[in-house]
Amino acid sequence: MINKTVKNAEEAIKDIQDGMTLMVGGFGLCGIPENCINALVKQGTKNLICISNNAGVDDFGLGLLLQTRQIKKMISSYVGENAEFERQMLSGELEVELVPQGTLATRCMMAGYGIPFFPTPAGVGTEVANGKQVINWKGRDYLMEEAFEADFAIVKAWKGDTAGNLIFRSTARNFNQPMSLGGKITIAEVEELVEIGELPADQIHTPGIYVHRIFQGENYEKRIEQRTVIKRS
Amino acid sequence: MLDKTGIAKRIAKEVKDGTYVNLGIGIPTLVANYIPQGFNVVLQSENGILGMGPFPYEGEEDADLINAGKQTVTLLKGASIFDSALSFGMIRAQKVDLTILGAMEVSEHGDIANWKIPGKMVKGMGGAMDLVASAKNIIVAMQHVNKAGESKLLPKCELPLTGIRCVKKIVTELAVLDIVEGGGFRLLERAPGVSVEQIKNATAGRLIVEGEVPEMKID
Repeated sequence: MINKTVKNAEEAIKDIQDGMTLMVGGFGLCGIPENCINALVKQGTKNLICISNNAGVDDFGLGLLLQTRQIKKMISSYVGENAEFERQMLSGELEVELVPQGTLATRCMMAGYGIPFFPTPAGVGTEVANGKQVINWKGRDYLMEEAFEADFAIVKAWKGDTAGNLIFRSTARNFNQPMSLGGKITIAEVEELVEIGELPADQIHTPGIYVHRIFQGENYEKRIEQRTVIKRS
Repeated sequence: MLDKTGIAKRIAKEVKDGTYVNLGIGIPTLVANYIPQGFNVVLQSENGILGMGPFPYEGEEDADLINAGKQTVTLLKGASIFDSALSFGMIRAQKVDLTILGAMEVSEHGDIANWKIPGKMVKGMGGAMDLVASAKNIIVAMQHVNKAGESKLLPKCELPLTGIRCVKKIVTELAVLDIVEGGGFRLLERAPGVSVEQIKNATAGRLIVEGEVPEMKID
């Protein structure tokens, strides 16, 4: 098996350069690649274009890269809950492209399926359709949406092996799985890195062929955005 | 006139046994509390859950297990988890039977606006555009009028659209209405104590009143 392991986040992201396009996994703060985001802050790479469902919160997740003004453009479906984001967007410092969530996920996945574009009814008749080709198929209108082309995909998985096979945990799977397929180079940080043979082959979510670099992350904070609980009576 | 709980209770009556349902944020989330006991209704959360359960007990919350509103939740027996692309695949393929969501405006043709107020609020559409474009059945939970007393049931939406010709039914604090072919809000039920006249005054779009309009029954 081909060994994909790198030492740590710093090594994994060292050739990410100014102006590159990144897919960044997670939904809200759930399943975000914390180690790689921190390493990008440290490395200081600028003018990044980030494809990510959300933009983190002010002091966590992609919010950290917004604070340091390292992001030029966000491509997301939902960007509430972040005051600094809103400020940069309204002042024009940050470009924002809003994409329907299903379209966003599919455009990531398609990059790994070799499908250049796909027709979807989402956004027909809305401002999302501006500038896009509309095709009518069997009496219904569809927008033609392109696969994303990202220099890097940065995802977080639960377990991975040295061959790059990934297993996600619970709803932290979210955008991590489609994005893991979609990067020209995919970097996976995992909570537990194991030797080949330890993960059951038929339970792998992302086969290692899609993953170029893998390392075991550390100090996961796993912050909860909305802690909703039932009190025990 | 209904409060938010009343709207949720009334919408719960539209949920059928043996169906898959996606609930939006806000009043739609409350609907889960009023689905009749004994009904097998599977809740879909578009971040990747079928079989979403209630909030966890204090101390049992799991950062990796959240719903589309980013709240910690639990799974019911028989639940499944999947990625975001598959989640919207099942939505696009119309496997989800019913979508319940909120709206800022609905037009008499079933157009809906709920994601953007130019110059004021731009949070994004999230999964709403995908859901409304593909859902077999959409019920909207909304206030009939805004805080300034202006109708949100309009001839034509003024805010940027989320989807066109997709809403089937609307439940507000005043009434239950459906959208008819060719355009118009047909008044199906009145909220307790609300007159047809009040509903007429609160509806800017074309209101269709056919015969006696019954008062809605909620427990």
